[in-house]
Amino acid sequence: MVRFLVKRLFSATLTLFAVSVLTFLMFFALPRDPVSGMCPKNCNPERLERVRQELGLRDPLITQYAGYMKGIVTGRDLGSAQGGRCDAPCLGWSYVSNEAVFDTIARVLPVTLSIVIPAAVLWLLLGVGLGMVSALRRGTWLDRVAIGFSLTGASLQLYFVGAVLLLVFVYSLRLLPVPSYTPLLDDPVRWASGLVLAWVALAFLFSAIYARLSRAQMLETLSEDFVRTARAKGLAKPRVYGRHALRAAITPVVTVAGLDVGAALGGTVITETTFGLNGMGRTAVDAVRAGDLPTIMATVLIAAVFVVLANVLVDLLYAAIDPRVRLR
Amino acid sequence: MDSPEQPPRPGDPPVVPQQRAGEDPYLRVDDLRVRFDTADGVVRAVDGVSFAVQRGRTLGIVGESGSGKSVTSLAVLGLHDPKRSTITGQISVGGRQLVGLREEEVRRLRGRDMAMIFQDPLSALHPYYTVGRQIAEAYRVHHPRAGRRAARSRAVDMLGRVGIPQPARRFDQYPHEFSGGMRQRAMIAMALVNDPDLLIADEPTTALDVTVQAQILDLLADLQAEFHSAIILITHDLGVVSQVADDVLVMYGGRAVEQGGVEQVLRRPQHPYTWGLLSSVPSLHGDAAADLVPIPGNPPSLINLPSGCAFHPRCRYAARTDGRSRTEVPSLVGAGEAGHLVACHLPADTRARLYREDVAHAGVAR
Repeated sequence: MVRFLVKRLFSATLTLFAVSVLTFLMFFALPRDPVSGMCPKNCNPERLERVRQELGLRDPLITQYAGYMKGIVTGRDLGSAQGGRCDAPCLGWSYVSNEAVFDTIARVLPVTLSIVIPAAVLWLLLGVGLGMVSALRRGTWLDRVAIGFSLTGASLQLYFVGAVLLLVFVYSLRLLPVPSYTPLLDDPVRWASGLVLAWVALAFLFSAIYARLSRAQMLETLSEDFVRTARAKGLAKPRVYGRHALRAAITPVVTVAGLDVGAALGGTVITETTFGLNGMGRTAVDAVRAGDLPTIMATVLIAAVFVVLANVLVDLLYAAIDPRVRLR
Repeated sequence: MDSPEQPPRPGDPPVVPQQRAGEDPYLRVDDLRVRFDTADGVVRAVDGVSFAVQRGRTLGIVGESGSGKSVTSLAVLGLHDPKRSTITGQISVGGRQLVGLREEEVRRLRGRDMAMIFQDPLSALHPYYTVGRQIAEAYRVHHPRAGRRAARSRAVDMLGRVGIPQPARRFDQYPHEFSGGMRQRAMIAMALVNDPDLLIADEPTTALDVTVQAQILDLLADLQAEFHSAIILITHDLGVVSQVADDVLVMYGGRAVEQGGVEQVLRRPQHPYTWGLLSSVPSLHGDAAADLVPIPGNPPSLINLPSGCAFHPRCRYAARTDGRSRTEVPSLVGAGEAGHLVACHLPADTRARLYREDVAHAGVAR
């Protein structure tokens, strides 16, 4: 088990390294000049050149990459124009927003976490629950309602569902405040009431996928021989379904959930935009639009970290669920 | 190993002599009918089958795929979904009538009074739980007061009884860490953990190596002697039947076409379908150059069963029944000897002559 973990972590590190190199090359090697973007119209060429020197943009790419990576691990000195000393993990200085990228991330990452994690819990419970119930009650009205629900969810878009929710609960019924982010520790009630619509919208759309997936998986598992064996032993149905069938049916759901949650943590642009919340997704999009290269680097790397971590977690869960995986 | 040609070994203790027929059968099935309503039509998977098994005796149910063998056994265990199937007739286990009994009451009998061994132990055991835990679970469900430890030691004990070496270590292993034969032993240990009076083995050796098959059959015979249980052995292998069964039921298209003692059915078979089954089995004593004779055609669709005798399209002798085989379902009647029944329109003397001329001389009769 330990060896399995070490191996997975090693390959995860390699993946992250590759992502960082690629991101670096793509953005820094593109024929785009961050300095001319920083400077309004009348900058003379000498001044531009001096700024380039100061930012280290005239150094070889390898030196620049090494400097960036060193900054993440040990921190680095960026010079007075970029806020001076930048402590580890230093993600560079945004010359668009004029602040350390780390500070930007520290501000927007909790927003995305606060949106995605509760929403993921909701959509997993709702989706898997609905899928199981409709599989066990196949062909009944309950099954049909669940299928209808998931079909609706799968065909709608978040900005539509979000807009309807806002219209009904915020602007018509006035049951909820306009969505905003309050840190959880400052005021849990305001935290929840400001985000609940985002959770509901995300959970509704995602749970549709999970309901269909887990229904199909459960139906397949129910026809397995070992389920028949469990019944032949004289086990009661709740135990047959809850322990024997569910454990086997849940594995593909775990995979998809890991990938979805990992990807969502990297940013939920549409959700954030719909509800006017400033999270990782919007920050990344804004950075791309403004050509804010250090911020782009940081958001891409952090998104990659989440995806890679989610994958490691999925592998570990798999090994915990299925003993045959532990052999590899 | 014993050659499959030998009749049931008379020296073996589990074989209760036929004279004990006075004892009440543990399992009695009367006019069992199992029907599935599907989108394509009604499937009459079992259509009026009757048999009985006493404790200590083994009934072999023989037939091709789709003949209704497995459906019959699943009906006895009450494992058919009541929403998708209709079961009529009588199934009496230890004097209790199972058809129409509440699911909860059948569940209490399942695994305790009647247990089942399945064909492929790899898919029949749960891949994610250790073998020992699955056996212990089967014990605890019927012994709710037994603690974890008691269940564990019972399971280890059973693993040892079915011939698994180092049972205490094997308890904590997963099914994929067992060999095929060991898995089937574990499956048997699980079925016997509650000391059931009725054991149904559905093709227990089909997925195994030939050498392992013999070991498993011996094991079943030994355990039967020890536990004195009634066994139903479902198989398409007449060699297996001749080795372990006391009685035989030959099924075709959901109906019994011949049934009786193993000697009667295998040595003096009456039904052309049974002849076909026997002719398609290689014999160690026969002429090695003689070709096996397969039964022409395929088993019938249970939705669209041929009219009359379901076997008539594949029967070489169907023309000799004055057309009755096409129009009239033959009923199961006495075939001369006590307890030997056959469902065939051919007159008894014609059958005897055909058997002598066409089948017996080919060296396939035992």
